[in-house]
Amino acid sequence: MYALEMIEITKEFPGVKALDRVSFKVKKGEIHALCGENGAGKSTLMKVLSGLYPAGTYQGEIQIDGEKKEFHQIMDAEKAGIAIIHQELALVKEMTVGENIFLGAEPIKRGVIQWDELYHQAAGWLKKVGLKVSPETKIGTLGIGQQQLVEIAKALSKNTKILILDEPTAALTESEVEILMGLLHQLRNNGVSCIYISHKMPEVFRLADSITILRDGRTIATLDSKEADDDKVVSLMVGRELTERYPRVKHTPLETVLEVRNYSVSHKDIPGKRVIKDINLTLRKGEILGIAGLMGAGRTELAMSLFGAYEGKAEGEVLIDGKPVQIRSVQEAIQAGLALVTEDRKRLGLVLGMDIKTNTTMAALEKVTKWGTIHTNEEIKWGQKYVDDLRTKTPSLETTVGTLSGGNQQKVVLGKWLMADPKILILDEPTRGIDVGAKYEIYHLMNKLVERGVAIIMISSELPEVLGMSDRILVMRDGTFVKEIEWREATQENIMLAATGGI
Amino acid sequence: MQAKIETNENTISKGNALKHLLGKMDVRAYTMVAAVILIWLLFGMLNDTFLTARNLSNLFTQMSVTAILAIGMVLVIVSGHIDLSVGSLVGLTGGVAAIMSNWMGMPTSAVILGTLIVGLLLGMLQGWLVAYQAIPAFIVTLGGMMAFRGALMGITKSTTISISDPSFALLGNAYFAKGFGLIMAAIAIAFLIYSMWTNRKSRQKYGFEIPSFSLDIGKLVFFSLLIIVFVLVMNSYKGIPFPIIFVILLAILFTFLAKKTRFGRHVYAIGGNVDAARLSGINIRWKTMMVFVLSGLLASIAALVLTSRLSSATITAGQMYELDAIAACVIGGTSLIGGSGTIVGAIIGALVMTSLDNGMSLMGLESFWQYVAKGTILVFAVWLDITSRRKKAGK
Repeated sequence: MYALEMIEITKEFPGVKALDRVSFKVKKGEIHALCGENGAGKSTLMKVLSGLYPAGTYQGEIQIDGEKKEFHQIMDAEKAGIAIIHQELALVKEMTVGENIFLGAEPIKRGVIQWDELYHQAAGWLKKVGLKVSPETKIGTLGIGQQQLVEIAKALSKNTKILILDEPTAALTESEVEILMGLLHQLRNNGVSCIYISHKMPEVFRLADSITILRDGRTIATLDSKEADDDKVVSLMVGRELTERYPRVKHTPLETVLEVRNYSVSHKDIPGKRVIKDINLTLRKGEILGIAGLMGAGRTELAMSLFGAYEGKAEGEVLIDGKPVQIRSVQEAIQAGLALVTEDRKRLGLVLGMDIKTNTTMAALEKVTKWGTIHTNEEIKWGQKYVDDLRTKTPSLETTVGTLSGGNQQKVVLGKWLMADPKILILDEPTRGIDVGAKYEIYHLMNKLVERGVAIIMISSELPEVLGMSDRILVMRDGTFVKEIEWREATQENIMLAATGGI
Repeated sequence: MQAKIETNENTISKGNALKHLLGKMDVRAYTMVAAVILIWLLFGMLNDTFLTARNLSNLFTQMSVTAILAIGMVLVIVSGHIDLSVGSLVGLTGGVAAIMSNWMGMPTSAVILGTLIVGLLLGMLQGWLVAYQAIPAFIVTLGGMMAFRGALMGITKSTTISISDPSFALLGNAYFAKGFGLIMAAIAIAFLIYSMWTNRKSRQKYGFEIPSFSLDIGKLVFFSLLIIVFVLVMNSYKGIPFPIIFVILLAILFTFLAKKTRFGRHVYAIGGNVDAARLSGINIRWKTMMVFVLSGLLASIAALVLTSRLSSATITAGQMYELDAIAACVIGGTSLIGGSGTIVGAIIGALVMTSLDNGMSLMGLESFWQYVAKGTILVFAVWLDITSRRKKAGK
């Protein structure tokens, strides 16, 4: 008997099939791990299940305890006993634990909240999850692990039968992970089914009874965890054939331009937690260094920190061309010859309301300025140069970048940083969400830059891209580099195994 | 046959050029100008004196204080902040000017310098609190609004100080000699011709497409006529009023600052997307503080004009002016979200507000009507803007 059956779920977005006839079955009282690379469709599947994508926007069927259900909104899914705990906790910091547990479901008598009743009940739920704090404590004073337990208490108070946990241990310390695992075992014994989404293989094997693997929007397999091991799961996760071809050319790396020694970065919000732990890295002129790893491994934080844009404190040494440098702001980073193409171009890369030429000259405005005055024609010339060089498709230089397609927006961001003439170019997910044609143009551009002596760090979650373009690959997990591989020896399997902690 | 095709091509390219020009000068500006003309015609029909040279001269003088404040306010709002303190700052710096001039007997040049420094420093203080201490601008300048008003009452002992120095009184009340006005018109037109010429030559040098000669000439003739008509109308009364020259000079200077300098560009980028600006290496804090410095400086210039025009400093001087300035910006197309807005737009906005004030006073309407009308127009203008943008996005 299954507590949950999702049958032949297909969900399409314009141009992409995010889920393709996915089937997913969870037994009553089991912990079921859901594994897959970034973008395999795990989150989409859970959004379908929790009613965030309402019935009708996808094809397929959801059954709870053998009964067909249609969720038109999140409330419907909650009523059916489904609760999701997101990676980013959804608690109101300024409210108490009790208020948060009963938010939207406060016990009411004639329109008045029964506070004593509320805190009495809240205390009961806290006991069930083993959290020893007063229900009148403010959420903001609790640690992340404790907040997560409050979230679980909140879910249980809604009579949850199926609990979804999305990367629950990403922000937890080791002892907090232990507490969480104990709680999940206990919930399983009480007949609650858990869907556990995680990248971390050791955790998956410790907890899960069954494992379902998704890849490219399809169900690949459901395994009994006793019969599986790291290698098997990882090979199923990445087991696609490498059909795409990458424009690999021979690079001849020269002298070291960037050296990072014993580098650590503190988390910007959580005191005492480090997002980057004591790493070392060297980058040579004329090479592409790929950094692989799963979401939350700390790759973006490393890039932002090196670029002087991460709020958490950094310790350690950074040497550029053999000379130690102190980079405390983006201005200093640019002066030192760094450039960073961020992961999220709309939020961090572009001023969407401004036009192409203005965005292009943003980081190197002094090149078109004379006596403090912007030389309009000079600006048009530079803007046009990068539109031509990168073959950006646009009606005119005065088109606002918000109206361009993803690929063309990315080219504008690249143009901006090329104009700044960097020695070291850090690309964070350079081809995310852009069409194939633009992708290849960007790969060619990377090769051209390397030939000119630029050193490139490419952070990417797309394994074929990492394999296809890098000279060396560093694999990051939990804020440290766990493996360095020459491109000839690299395979999807050995990278993924290192990234998930299988080794 | 051949000739016919050629003419066809000609008209097409002309049509494109016109479209290009219209597209470049934003449609908003036209609606704004049309709104001003409509309001003037309406009041002109309802009241005989509205369109006389004397009244128009008055109207421009009245407008000057709001317009000067609006110039600074545009930059503040574009950078994504707000400055509620400018009205009180006008009052306070006006009081400082009157004290220096009347009680301390300082010469006008020293009074001007002192007043500007006070405005600049108070603007810097607020800017520092906003930019470096991360206190929301709304709070900082709301505090400034109250504190500056209080300081004004304190330093003037809640009295009205009148200005006795005649040279100080000239600042807000004098007119340029008629001949001088004509000379200025000539210089302005000469400058227009020169800039058109250099622009064409520079575009040619870079190998860019040059707008058609007739189109440029057309534009030139239009703006020259505008200048000449303005000067002639002003001259038919007493000449160009002093304060309006301040407005024009400041508008030119700040438009240049906004469009042509790195500082201006960075202010727009900060307002458009502060994260992208930071990651492009823009020094957000320093630029944000400078925006408030400029706002404070402009408030003190407005204070000099106002105090001189009224020949006295009172404790209520400048009250509610911040709201007029914000309204002028918003009517003129500045987005309160930040990132977009023009100085010319804000000045036209100020002209709309002042025209309403002036026209309704002439018609002898009670003052409550003025508040109701101005409030309605403000909301209406923003509504119009939002719906037109939504339509555009819908396409």
